[in-house]
Amino acid sequence: MNRPKLKQWQEPVNIDAYPVGSTCPSDHLTSINAGWRTYRPVIDTDKCVMCLRCFLLCPDGVIDKSGEKLVIDYDYCKGCGICAHECKPGCIEMVKEEK
Amino acid sequence: MIKHNARNLTNEEFFYGHKACGGCGESLAVRLTMKILGERTFAALPAGCMSAVSFIYPNMAFTTNAIITPFASTGAVASGMAAGLKALGIENTQTVGFAGDGGTADIGLQALSGAIDRNDDIIYICNDNEAYMNTGIQKSGLTPYGTKTTTSPAGKNLPGSITMKKNMFEIVAAHGIQYAATASVGYPEDLMAKIEKAKNTKGTSYVHIFAPCPTGWGHGSEVTIELAKQAVDSGLWYLAEFENGEFILNKNPKEFASVENYLMAQSRFKHLKEEDIEVIKNHRDAKWAKMRKDWQQK
Repeated sequence: MNRPKLKQWQEPVNIDAYPVGSTCPSDHLTSINAGWRTYRPVIDTDKCVMCLRCFLLCPDGVIDKSGEKLVIDYDYCKGCGICAHECKPGCIEMVKEEK
Repeated sequence: MIKHNARNLTNEEFFYGHKACGGCGESLAVRLTMKILGERTFAALPAGCMSAVSFIYPNMAFTTNAIITPFASTGAVASGMAAGLKALGIENTQTVGFAGDGGTADIGLQALSGAIDRNDDIIYICNDNEAYMNTGIQKSGLTPYGTKTTTSPAGKNLPGSITMKKNMFEIVAAHGIQYAATASVGYPEDLMAKIEKAKNTKGTSYVHIFAPCPTGWGHGSEVTIELAKQAVDSGLWYLAEFENGEFILNKNPKEFASVENYLMAQSRFKHLKEEDIEVIKNHRDAKWAKMRKDWQQK
């Protein structure tokens, strides 16, 4: 999957450890969004016709189209349900997260 | 010019891991725009949802250079960035400003006006979700008639906001800008084509993107795209361009889709009475009569 990855980050321990100017480079993710989700989208890859509408319309860009089948980055999917709602063949199901 | 669609759009993400609410239309607008503009893009964002969700220390959701500007100065900071890039001899870059509807039509209007006047080579994107959402849903100049917000509450005497949407697109066009357009996240191919045009415009370009907000509008997070499309189909938003001094109406529906279906799907309009909806329809019809008469249709 080709998506920005979570970075390890150490909180500055004293005032001298704080950077002057920019605090970090771009593409700096230190926390994930998976905990926001109540429902998780699951793609039925047998039914999927690769129309890529879900990839196009995902506000979070978590659907990766680089492989033969679509892959969802569940670290950053918020479970908004746009993909399932917009999927014309209806092959994305919103499944309730356990716990 | 490349015709963008889901198939040829890059798989690379330049706006990722942000903390916008689930189903946020505005973040989709920023994501698609960044995908078209590419990695050599410098972005300026004023106070507003998109900066609040992407620059949460130590998180940084943009994979390109981006900066938070003072609220009123998106246009001015973007101008300065473009000038700085030119002075440093850095080539093949894009400079873009992403402001909300309040940051464009109210607070940032004079800085935008100045940038267009100087014809600086920047792209200005207005993400229109029809209120100040980041600070808790206050009415802005682009909030339509009958909207319930925290500063325009609906009650016995008033139906919520009693002003119409500011004609922001025409205000920008009146400057004689190089390129201006309106778009909606409900029509993503049209939106991407307009961003591509803005990218290839030398001088200032402006794209006004209509983007629903599940939190502020009170609708399910999954229907964001559907509502953005319904707004266009029912005539409450329009897809148009301004090029070479001419207005062009891109989509001219023969018959409008139901305004009621669009309004009643959102809790900000649930209180509207029949006569309020009539006011909205009359305003829409007057606007369309003028657009159909004066603007070219393609």
